[in-house]
Amino acid sequence: MSGTLTTAGESLSPTRVPSSFLEVRDLRVHFKTDDGLVKAVDGLSFAVERGRTMGIVGESGSGKSVTSLSILGLHRGGNTRLSGEIWLDGEELISASREEVRRLRGQKMAMIFQDPLAAMHPFYTVGAQIIEAYRVHNHVSKRVARKHAIDMLGRVGIPQPARRVDDYPHQFSGGMRQRAMIAMALVNNPQLLIADEPTTALDVTVQAQILDLIRDLQSEFGSAVIIITHDLGVVAELADELLVMYAGKSAEYGQAEQVFNRPEHPYTWGLLGSMPRLDRDVRERLISIEGTPPSLINVPPGCAFHPRCRYAGRDGIPCRTVVPELLGEAHRVACHLPSPVRTRIFGEDIAPHL
Amino acid sequence: MAAVVAAGAALALALAGCGGSKTPSSNSSSGAAAYNAAIGKVAAVSTKKGGTLTFADSGDWDSLDPADTYYGYSWDFIRLYGRALTMFAPKPGNAGVQLVPDLATSLGKPSDGGKTWTYTLRSGIKFEDGTPVTSKDVKYAVERSLDKNVFVNGPTYFNDFLDLQGYTSPYHDPTPGKLGCKCIDTPDDHTIVFHLIKPFGGFDYLAMLPATIPVPQAKDTGIKYKEHVVSTGPYEFDTNNPGKNFSLKRNPNWDASTDPNRTALPDKIEVSLNVNSDDIDNRLIAGDLDVAVEGTGLGTAAQGRVLADPNLKKNTDLASITRLWFSVINPDVAPLDNIHCRKAVEYAVDHEGYQRAYGGAVGGDIATSLLPPTIPGHKDIDLYNFKSKPNGDDAMAKQELQACGHPDGFETNISYRAERPKEKATAESIQQALAKVGIKLTIKPYPLGDYAKLYAGKPDFAKNNKLGIIVYGWGADWPDGFGFLQQIVDSRVIRAAGGNTNLGIKIPEVDQLIDKALSTTDASARNAIWGQIDESVMENAEALPGIWAKSLDYRSPNVTNAYINDGLGGFYDYAWMGVK
Amino acid sequence: MIRYLIRRLLAAVLLLLIVSMATFAIFFLVPRLAGATPEGLASRYMGKSANSSELHATAQRLGFYDPIYVQYGRFVKGIVAGEDYNLGPTTEHCPAPCFGYSFITQNPVWPELTDRIGVTFSLAVGGAAIWLLAGLSTGVLSALRKGSVFDRAAMGVALAGVSLPIFFTGLVALVIFSYTLHWTAPGGSYTPFTQNPAEWAYDLILPWLVIAFINAAGYARLTRAGMLETMGEDHIRTARAKGLAEGRVVIRHGLRSALTPILTIFGLDVGLLLGGAILTETTFSLPGVGQYAVLAVTNNDLPKVLGVTLVGSFFIIFANLVVDLLYAVIDPRVRLA
Repeated sequence: MSGTLTTAGESLSPTRVPSSFLEVRDLRVHFKTDDGLVKAVDGLSFAVERGRTMGIVGESGSGKSVTSLSILGLHRGGNTRLSGEIWLDGEELISASREEVRRLRGQKMAMIFQDPLAAMHPFYTVGAQIIEAYRVHNHVSKRVARKHAIDMLGRVGIPQPARRVDDYPHQFSGGMRQRAMIAMALVNNPQLLIADEPTTALDVTVQAQILDLIRDLQSEFGSAVIIITHDLGVVAELADELLVMYAGKSAEYGQAEQVFNRPEHPYTWGLLGSMPRLDRDVRERLISIEGTPPSLINVPPGCAFHPRCRYAGRDGIPCRTVVPELLGEAHRVACHLPSPVRTRIFGEDIAPHL
Repeated sequence: MAAVVAAGAALALALAGCGGSKTPSSNSSSGAAAYNAAIGKVAAVSTKKGGTLTFADSGDWDSLDPADTYYGYSWDFIRLYGRALTMFAPKPGNAGVQLVPDLATSLGKPSDGGKTWTYTLRSGIKFEDGTPVTSKDVKYAVERSLDKNVFVNGPTYFNDFLDLQGYTSPYHDPTPGKLGCKCIDTPDDHTIVFHLIKPFGGFDYLAMLPATIPVPQAKDTGIKYKEHVVSTGPYEFDTNNPGKNFSLKRNPNWDASTDPNRTALPDKIEVSLNVNSDDIDNRLIAGDLDVAVEGTGLGTAAQGRVLADPNLKKNTDLASITRLWFSVINPDVAPLDNIHCRKAVEYAVDHEGYQRAYGGAVGGDIATSLLPPTIPGHKDIDLYNFKSKPNGDDAMAKQELQACGHPDGFETNISYRAERPKEKATAESIQQALAKVGIKLTIKPYPLGDYAKLYAGKPDFAKNNKLGIIVYGWGADWPDGFGFLQQIVDSRVIRAAGGNTNLGIKIPEVDQLIDKALSTTDASARNAIWGQIDESVMENAEALPGIWAKSLDYRSPNVTNAYINDGLGGFYDYAWMGVK
Repeated sequence: MIRYLIRRLLAAVLLLLIVSMATFAIFFLVPRLAGATPEGLASRYMGKSANSSELHATAQRLGFYDPIYVQYGRFVKGIVAGEDYNLGPTTEHCPAPCFGYSFITQNPVWPELTDRIGVTFSLAVGGAAIWLLAGLSTGVLSALRKGSVFDRAAMGVALAGVSLPIFFTGLVALVIFSYTLHWTAPGGSYTPFTQNPAEWAYDLILPWLVIAFINAAGYARLTRAGMLETMGEDHIRTARAKGLAEGRVVIRHGLRSALTPILTIFGLDVGLLLGGAILTETTFSLPGVGQYAVLAVTNNDLPKVLGVTLVGSFFIIFANLVVDLLYAVIDPRVRLA
């Protein structure tokens, strides 16, 4: 387990081909806008192995979705400045041509989007959209593709797939649509599956079904999975590793179990504290994140979280001036508070209230 | 919107000017083109045959049927495919007002004090199918023109003057050959005798009407005859697409030796209908079109452009068009029932202002009486100092106001046709001029379509609404006193129901003189009477002359033998034109 | 679907009836109410020297003495059953649908109208095809290269196209291309397609281009706005994520969505154009339905006015119906019932 994390460590050399299936190194995605430079992702590194699931957690605007779209090569050209490295199965994607990335997209790496109604084209049948996804990468007849599409719909649990294949997205229920979306993503047996808020738009009862489906399919296909969410409950169920993002940077990164049980970053504490729990009275739960997510144009100096951090400035820690590095071995945290202090605060102040 | 159109056309013309050097330059042997080269003389004289003469019309003919047409340009054009008993001499300028025989061998021979008129037909004249033309074909043509239920457009002179004895129409005529009208005798195939209900010295003018163009009874299709009129002229119908275009080709059965009145130079004549009038101007100037058939001259946008460029101006003619823009001073409306009050108006009006309303000198000359100078019988009459005081004689006006008992002026209304901006400008100019002597005018526009029927032309309406001055205009059916004056000054044509052309001129002396003129068969004596009538109207101050209109015509450098014929009312003579 | 169509067609017939009644009222009842007598009305359709008995006869012939509903009924009867018309020496039967005889030319209206539909149809179809193609491609390119020199230039030209009236653009184009350069046919040229297709296209190319220039502008702007909107939608991201080539994403996924509002306007525009491209036909002197409408109205030629109004309304209603049907084809979420 810990090996996974050390490869993403500090001693990376730009030319060395990593052994991990997906490795992101010092990714920076900046957008030029009329208001200024938006640093949506600013020096992010992580790695994912085949058969493993990584969760990326953070508030909206923390850079989660930008990261995933960058991996797929959907943030290129125009006003975007992209730097760093993205290695997928030994191939570097940022320096690769558009066409090469396009060929990988939908085939080796696929994505499931948040709102399946919006994410599917309203004018084409579900089947047509799956068939289209299949035939981009496979030279097969429409008939073969259609059969495959029906198979896929069946595999994601859509009843009577041979009939539903000709339905339009609006004729599906929300859960069915997301299943169809997953079928479309998996139609080419991708080795990397990125699910961006896959359950946010769904009913609570359906959420669980979808998460089960993703887990089942992952074990069946053996893919690497990245789940992006602001909902820690989702990653708690699925993730092997967890990356907490804040203002385009890693705040905390480690084994999911570790991060859940012994979170060290004050932002992670806040996220955990915001999780709804039925067994506690609301008034008991004092930990919440005050304020709003920072502007990505004028990121606060020093630790970007400091304006919202109740421990900032304690004992003369330079939170407002020095950017904290992501430090640690297996469990890495970007915080100026000394590790023992963090452990103590969590144990004494935070954990009892969670 | 009109302003935008004008601006657009002006730019279009400016652009046309860029390519102007490409238009065929006049290198005719008969002298270079010059401004007014077709006024009083023939421009680009040539005997070259062949080619296609192209015409365009911004609207459409009222009808191509000789029984059913009342447009001036149609009466000019119809001579290409039909021959009436007489026609206006094919001569430039004022020489054209003389009538000459066409189908007939000579002008009519009057008898019975001008109540009977006899014509002899030339021999050798045939229809386009080779059938010889007889006097019965002429009689039939006139008979059918009487049917105003079928032919609603044509003039009604024959209905009014022939001794019909109840005859209505050959279409309800039980006699074989449908020649039952006792009003016309055809003692033999070459002789035709017209019997009138009253003497009419100017009957040769009626013999000029298209209604005397022979029509073969067997080929008469009534309303549909206009789709293919059987030709007696040098050209016959080739194609005819109603409302769009038609073309004429040579009539193989026309014999030039029977016809001294036509050159018949072009091989083909093409006419486009309903063409955008700005486009007509542009095409004329670009050399893409030969004649704007309506003869109404260039539009305002094109005028400015053409007059400013000597290379274009040399292709223009400022033609007098026997049309008068005038106003009636309504003696029904007090205090204008007093002749002195009417004279005050005559004196006070700004005549240059009236002219400006019609575009200044290009629009026409200041009229000092009703009869235009191109009409025989015209006398120079200037009773109210129009010439010496072109902006009005206020001193005399005040004197007349004193005489009529309104020394400080009075109030009345002035009407005009709402759709005509020039008439609006006229009304405003008169309003300003009269205000100087204390006469206060209120301007009243009325819709053009019903101006004569419901408003100014309905005596009760005009009186009750105190229309003291009625802005109007008039054109002659043909250039003689009767054709020009009778309909606007004879008080006996006024109908209480409305629809009048005489908008209130009621002078007993004038009515008597008209009767005298009608029975006078000697042309010069008759013309002199019409001059007297004009003078009498002016003495009574019931008409306020504005301008004798002109039109700025563009004479395409492609055409030969172009001249303005005063007899035709100021059109180019289409029977004489050729193409280079 | 069938029931929907039947209902729509019935509504269309009803609408046409109402339109004809309104037109009838405007051109017949209103002058009456304003004080025009039957003879006064008749005098509009006669030469300048008609006397009262002739006016009376014409008024009688045209049926002006009858109550208005009788006149209207006669008009409708003519459409359904045809009518007889006195030509003078003979009588002609005008078969149904008989829209009557012109008060001015006394020609039957219906054959004249059908004869002119070809011109208007040619003008509309050719012009619409060009402007749709030009407008869509310009709009798509502008949207994809938003803010570029191409985008700015295209939108500038589009603005000019929208703002300049056709009688200006048309006349200028005629002077330049027809009379100076002699590349295109002069105003008033028209050859039926069936007679000579090449000549047909040559005669119409300038009106097409001018009509397209004026309309393409609007479509370019509309397409640009629509594309900017749809290209930002989630399903476009999905299409890209599938690995589709960009061209396919733009055309099949982006344009397809952006097309819906454009189709509505296109349908209405073509319907209006078929009903009579009044300004274009007047500017280029083309003998189409629009020119016919102008002549009818300026001459107060009631049978023509009624005929042209009904034909125009028919095309507009028909185009609306087609648009609604196409809507269901394009957007499966729309169900016709």
